[in-house]
Amino acid sequence: MIESILAPSVFASAIRLATPYVFASVGEMFGQRSGVLNLGVDGIMLMGAFFSYYVALLTGNLLLALLAAVLVGALMGLAMAFISVTLKAEQGISGIGVYLFGLGMSELLFQKLVGTPRSVDGFPRVAIPILSDIQFLSLGEIFFNHNLLVYVAFALIPIAAFILNRTPFGLMIRAVGQHPEAADAMGVSVVRVRYITVIIGGILAGVAGASLSTALLKVFQQNLTSGLGFIAVALVYFGRWRPFGVLAGALLFSFVNALQLQISALGIDVPSEFAVMAPYVITIIALVFASKQTEKPTALTKPFDRGG
Amino acid sequence: MVSTTTRAFLDRLFNAVPLLIAVIAALVVASFLLAALNADIATAYGAMFQGAFGTVNATAETLVKAIPILFVAIGICVAFRGNVVNIGGEGQMIFGALAGVAVTLWIGESLGVLVVPLALIAGFVAGGFFGGLAGYLKAFFNVNEILSTIMLNQVAVQIMNYLLNGPLLDPAVAGSNNIPKTARIAEIAELPRLVFGLPGMSEPLFDRTRLHYGFVIAVVLAIVIYILLWRTAIGYRIRAVGYNERASRYAGIKVGRQMVLAMFLAGGCAGLAGVVQILGLQYRLQTDGSPAGFTGGAGFNGIVAALFGGLNPFGAIPASIFFGGLLVGAQNMQRAVGIPAALVTTINGLIVVFVVSSQIFTQVRNRRRAKLPSQPERVEARATTAETPS
Repeated sequence: MIESILAPSVFASAIRLATPYVFASVGEMFGQRSGVLNLGVDGIMLMGAFFSYYVALLTGNLLLALLAAVLVGALMGLAMAFISVTLKAEQGISGIGVYLFGLGMSELLFQKLVGTPRSVDGFPRVAIPILSDIQFLSLGEIFFNHNLLVYVAFALIPIAAFILNRTPFGLMIRAVGQHPEAADAMGVSVVRVRYITVIIGGILAGVAGASLSTALLKVFQQNLTSGLGFIAVALVYFGRWRPFGVLAGALLFSFVNALQLQISALGIDVPSEFAVMAPYVITIIALVFASKQTEKPTALTKPFDRGG
Repeated sequence: MVSTTTRAFLDRLFNAVPLLIAVIAALVVASFLLAALNADIATAYGAMFQGAFGTVNATAETLVKAIPILFVAIGICVAFRGNVVNIGGEGQMIFGALAGVAVTLWIGESLGVLVVPLALIAGFVAGGFFGGLAGYLKAFFNVNEILSTIMLNQVAVQIMNYLLNGPLLDPAVAGSNNIPKTARIAEIAELPRLVFGLPGMSEPLFDRTRLHYGFVIAVVLAIVIYILLWRTAIGYRIRAVGYNERASRYAGIKVGRQMVLAMFLAGGCAGLAGVVQILGLQYRLQTDGSPAGFTGGAGFNGIVAALFGGLNPFGAIPASIFFGGLLVGAQNMQRAVGIPAALVTTINGLIVVFVVSSQIFTQVRNRRRAKLPSQPERVEARATTAETPS
C-alpha cells in the first residue's frame, strides 16, 4: 500500500508540479525583497499561460510560445510597477485588480480566439543522458527525465540566490526593501530597482503560466491556475524570502499535490475534498509558524516617498 | 470663507470625482478592448445597458444580482476602514449559507416564521466566525490577512462540497448523479417577493419578478453599519485603528481586538449574503463544485463595489446596483455582439486598479490642505478627541 502511494512516479510528478510554483515564487520573492507585494501573480500567470498556449497552437514553435509568455509577463509586471511604485496604490488591493484583469482577459481571449479546448504538443520530455539511467532509488526517473522548463526552474534557484546575495544588484534590492531612505541617500534609485524587480516577477509569473499550459497540462481553460499564483505568494512568506526556502515550500506543496493525485488514482477512500483542502490548510499553518518574520523586508508594501 | 457645510459637501464631491473618473477610465480601456475584438462599441454598451435596465424584469434581475454584492460590500467597508484587507468574502458567504441552510432545514416548520431571523443570525455568526478567524490570525499571530483569507476561501469551497455530498445532501437525490444540493427549505422560511404598489400606478412595480426582500434587508444593514461606523464608540475605535494603528495603541485601544471585530463584522455581512441568497432566491444550497459555483463571484465583486462606493455603506448601494447591472447586462451583450461575458471580470479588475490608483490624487489634495489648517478642521479635531473612549 505505502509502496504504491510512494512510488517513484509520485516523486517525479512532484518535481514536475513544482515548476510553476518555483517560477512564480522566485519572481515574487524579488519583488517582495525590494518592498513590493505583487498579489496579481495569479492573473499574470493566466495571461502568460494563455498567450504561450495560443502561440504554440498557432505556430507550433515552443520558443516563440515561451517568448510570448515572457513579453506579456513583462508588460503586466510593468503595469503593476507603475500602479504600486509610481502611483503608490495600496498593493494588496491593486494586486487583486490585476488578478481580476488577468482572470477575465485570459478567459475573454480564449473564448474569442480559441473557443473549445484543444491540446498542444507542448514541451517534450528531455531525458538527460547517463544521469537519467541511474537506477539507484529511481533517481534517474525522479530527477532527470522531465521537460526543459523543469530543469530551468531548478537552475533558477541557485542563480536567484547568487544574484540576491553575491551581486551589487542583489545588495541594492535588499537595501531598497530594508531601508529605502538609506538606499536613496546612497544614490540608489529606489524607483528603478523596484520597477526592475516587479518586471522580473512579472516575467517569471508569465513563464510559470507557460509551464502550466504548454508543459504540464498542454491545454488552456478558464481559470487554469485555480489560485496557484496566490499560493506562490504565500510560499515567499513560507520560504522566509530566501530562494532555497521558497524551493522547500514549493516542493512540499507539489509533493502534497502529487500525493493527492496518486491517492485518488488508487481509489483510496479519503474524501477528495479534504485532500484538495490540505495544501491551503498547510499554508495557513505555515504562515502561523513563519509569523515571527524577522527576515521580512521592513519596507514591504510601503510605497517610498522621497518627501519634498 | 466657505461655510462649513458647503465645505463638507465640496469635500464629499471631490472625493467622489476621482472614483467616477476611475470608473470612466476603466470603461474607456474596456472600449479599446471591444474595438480590438472587432465589436461596435456603441452597440455593445447599448446592449449591456438594455440588458441591465431596459425592462422592469431586467432591472429586477440587476437588483437581484446586486443583493449579495451589496451585503459583501457593506462588510468590506468595515474591514477596509479598520485597515484589514478582507479578500475572504467568498468563503465567508459560503459559511453563512451552510449555517443558514442547516438551521433552516433543522427547524423546518416547527417555529413558524421565526425561522427567518434565526437563519439570518446563524449565517451572520458563521460568516463572522470564518472572517474573525483570519482577523485573529492577523492580530495575534501576525499572519497576513490577505493570504489567509484567500486560502480560507478554498477551504470553505471544499467544506461545502464535502457537506453537500454527504451530511447535507438532499435525501431525494442521494445515490443519483444529480448536482449535489440540499433539500428544499420550508416555504415558511422563504423571503417574500418585493413588489412596490404605489398609488396612481396601474400595475405594481416588480410584479412577477424574482426581486425579493433581501434587498430591503441589505439596505437596512447599510444603515446599521453606517451608524455603527460613524456614530458609535465601537466604530470609532475600528476606524482609529485603521487610520493609525500605533497612535491607537498609545491611546489605549486594544488594537488586536478591533481587528478581530472588524473581520467578524465583515464576515458576518458576507455570511448574510449567503443566507439571503438561499432564503430569497435559490431555496436550497447547490453548487457546481467550482469555487464561484454558489457565490457567483459576489465575494470578489463586493470588494470592487465597496471601493467604488468610497468605502461607505451608502455609497455601496448604487455601486452594487452598478455591478449587478454589469453582470446582467454582459449576458445580453454576449448574445447581441458575441463578446464573452468574461469582459465584466476584466472591467472589474480595471476598476479596482483605477480606483486604488486614484487615491494618490485625493491624498495629494489632503496633504496640501494639512499644511494650512483652517478653523473648521480644528473644531473637527477637537470633536474627535472628545470622542476618544477612556
